[in-house]
Amino acid sequence: MLNSKIPAGKLEDKWVDYKGHCKLVNPANKRKMEVIVVGTGLAGASAAASLGEMGYKVKAFCFQDSPRRAHSIAAQGGINAAKNYQNDGDSVFRLFYDTIKGGDYRSREGNVHRLAEVSGSIIDQCVAQGVPFAREYGGLLSNRRFGGTQVQRTFYAAGQTGQQLLIGAYPALERQVALGNVTMYARHEMQDIVKIDGKAKGIIARNLITGELEKHFGYAVLLCTGGYGNVFYLSTNAMGSNVTAAWKAHKQGAYFANPCFTQIHPTCIPVSGDHQSKLTLMSESLRNDGRIWVPKNLDEKRKANEIPEQERDYFLERRYPAFGNLVPRDVASRAAKERCDAGYGVGTSKQAVYLDYAAAIERYGKIEVSKQGLTNVSIDEITAMGKEVVKEKYGNLFNMYAKITGENPYEVPMRIYPAVHYTMGGLWVDYELQTNIPGLYALGEANFSDHGANRLGASALMQGLADGYFVIPYTLGNNLADEIYNAPIPTSHPAFEEAEKVVAERIQKLKNINGTQSVESFHKRLGKIIWNECGMSRSEAGLKKAIADVQALKKEFWSDVRIPGEINEYNPELDKANRVADFIELGELMCVDALNRNESCGGHFREEYQTPDGEALRDDENYMYVAAWETTGEHQWQLHKEALNYEVIKPSQRNYK
Amino acid sequence: MSHNSMNLKLNVWRQKNAATAGAFKTYEVNDISDEMSFLEMLDVLNEKLIVTGDEPIAFDHDCREGICGMCSLYIDGKPHGPWQANTTCQLHMRAFKDGDTITIEPWRANAFPIVKDLTVDRGAFDRIIQAGGYVSVNTGNAVDGNSLPIKKDDADASFAAAMCIGCGACVAACKNSSAMLFLSAKVSHLALLPQGDPERKSRVTNMVAQMDKEGFGACTNTGACEAACPKEISIANIARLNKEYLRSGLTAE
Repeated sequence: MLNSKIPAGKLEDKWVDYKGHCKLVNPANKRKMEVIVVGTGLAGASAAASLGEMGYKVKAFCFQDSPRRAHSIAAQGGINAAKNYQNDGDSVFRLFYDTIKGGDYRSREGNVHRLAEVSGSIIDQCVAQGVPFAREYGGLLSNRRFGGTQVQRTFYAAGQTGQQLLIGAYPALERQVALGNVTMYARHEMQDIVKIDGKAKGIIARNLITGELEKHFGYAVLLCTGGYGNVFYLSTNAMGSNVTAAWKAHKQGAYFANPCFTQIHPTCIPVSGDHQSKLTLMSESLRNDGRIWVPKNLDEKRKANEIPEQERDYFLERRYPAFGNLVPRDVASRAAKERCDAGYGVGTSKQAVYLDYAAAIERYGKIEVSKQGLTNVSIDEITAMGKEVVKEKYGNLFNMYAKITGENPYEVPMRIYPAVHYTMGGLWVDYELQTNIPGLYALGEANFSDHGANRLGASALMQGLADGYFVIPYTLGNNLADEIYNAPIPTSHPAFEEAEKVVAERIQKLKNINGTQSVESFHKRLGKIIWNECGMSRSEAGLKKAIADVQALKKEFWSDVRIPGEINEYNPELDKANRVADFIELGELMCVDALNRNESCGGHFREEYQTPDGEALRDDENYMYVAAWETTGEHQWQLHKEALNYEVIKPSQRNYK
Repeated sequence: MSHNSMNLKLNVWRQKNAATAGAFKTYEVNDISDEMSFLEMLDVLNEKLIVTGDEPIAFDHDCREGICGMCSLYIDGKPHGPWQANTTCQLHMRAFKDGDTITIEPWRANAFPIVKDLTVDRGAFDRIIQAGGYVSVNTGNAVDGNSLPIKKDDADASFAAAMCIGCGACVAACKNSSAMLFLSAKVSHLALLPQGDPERKSRVTNMVAQMDKEGFGACTNTGACEAACPKEISIANIARLNKEYLRSGLTAE
């Protein structure tokens, strides 16, 4: 059994006690200690900025041309915090409880409670940085409701909350660059971890402009490199989002936890054809006001607006009256898939459901009428006023939909379908966010720890910033306090030389294949295998087939991929090949993990394990553990278990009815 | 939904690196669906180039949903192409018709050197931010978020400026390659909020100095930047920047 190093004591005292007793590094020593941060999204930028402020010498790496591009920027809806500003009964405990329940009882109590505890400080920090959150007329912060909760605790900035939070963390990082505390390496990609005496002591990075390999020493290496949703090829992730840093760590011995826990987001713009390169999310906040439905009749030919109310099936409201359209993401996605599989889907592909704003537009219009004390108002005027309100709340999302589909969502219901969005699995970390390799940490989406088998909306931003601003500054010091006796290691050390050689040989090998098929074509094929067999529903037979298919694909990739251009130049195809090679290996492990977990929970739905009415059927007796996988050879992994001990919450079947 | 397909001719700027001269090269792409995005159309071309042993066209892109600011491209003489308030990644092929010839160039500005083909180096923007585009507050210093009420109008105006995605279309659109719209968006974002007040003078002075150092041109108020901005950042921000700059020069610390 793995030791998660959760501090002893009462749940609400654990983090307070930890902070009170953890070891510190004095400022004079911090100045001498280099720390490597890979990835500069919310977790990485906040960690690099905070550690720089504290006095560490930080080296930060990102593959984009600027840290401001990291994909945290695309988060739309908001960030949760247990502030209870709305006086609706919220509290740290309730946020903790909702998160554990939302995660279908597969996350750690200690970590999640800490997350809820620091959530309020995140909002304070962001406001102090000048993040322009939405406000009410009284000048105070506004909130909205997200899925899986019955309170309004989500802070937001229109439909671009992630952008605004990153525009708080990114300048904080740039400020440390200007002060000389952080050195920024943009357009650099980590290629491997360098281990010395079992500890992570640096990385090999590739300068993506020149193709040169670089050796960097650090007393600790923090991977803040996001999730691996792009293993599915089509996802809401950015094109460059990849698993490479986490996978290299895994190949060096770091355990990869719960890789099969992936989140399929219910409201995305449906696939339009084979050319599709990515999928676009429509924020969960739209489910606050939008109603999701399909026609009641099979083979419905009429347009959405022509279908009368009584012939529509508002299937989420029907199945889950207590939470309605705001059930958690995994539940909403499966319900949409169920309707489409049964033949009730809409649009040309029949793989879509409606997200309808007509009722909300009318409701808001009527509120405006009564606010302004108007009488004798026509329905057209009410609609016009309602559209203005909806535009202020969701305007940028509606515009985005219109641009992509060519349809006007103010006039016709949007068509949506679930798509891969987030990965709850990731590198196994203990309470201190340290992997099983000493000195190697994982923050944000790159780790596995807080969201169990399903993440609630508006909790990813919260976790990324919690890890970077408020957790790692304490836990890193606790470990580095013992490192002050060790001198920095020069990068001429044989371990660095050897690691660089291995990376160079792999790149040369890839380039030398000189086959006939593009990297992209392999990635698409991988995505189809994983989506079909390890996507929204999984079965033993399907997973076994997928494992064989992925193994065959790997062989084909390494014998027939074609990478144009040179190694020592700007070569995006080579960058992509490096990433896809890792995705292929990860894809196999995801299926291995899904096959091992003979239960359904959260985003992991095994067809063999469901209740009579089609809900996920957990098996707490046999699977209430974190599955942490150690690589032991090609196509071989060993399972390590971390028991999940619920001391405060009593796991039950999730009920949103 | 329509599924029209089209055949197109592309004039694309190819350049091996900053040290080598570049030139236009013509390509033909066929059976392009009008449901594709512009970058997916380039993906189709690149796939063809790779399989036939040619070098694919390098262009920057990442989120493909109009928010990361990584994509660029000067399309038929317009940054981000023909649609208003749009990024290249959100431009869809519905904007074109069968038989069209499309000219694709990189951002052109001395301060944005070419990396390869259509990819440029926008590091100058990061350095402008480093000169003062922040509130100097360390982690852990903050008071309660609601202890400082901010007028909704000010918060909304600040947000409208903070929506800038740092893509550089304003620079590319400007005949002087001025970065005033980019800079003014950041100065306005912070000048409109009480949090930005303590550093407002040094911020604007230092950021303008850095902008000049990077080699961006002067602003002559032609408004091309505003017209090209995918996030509709208002040119009124430049007026605010000028006011802030004047104020910092005329009043004592």
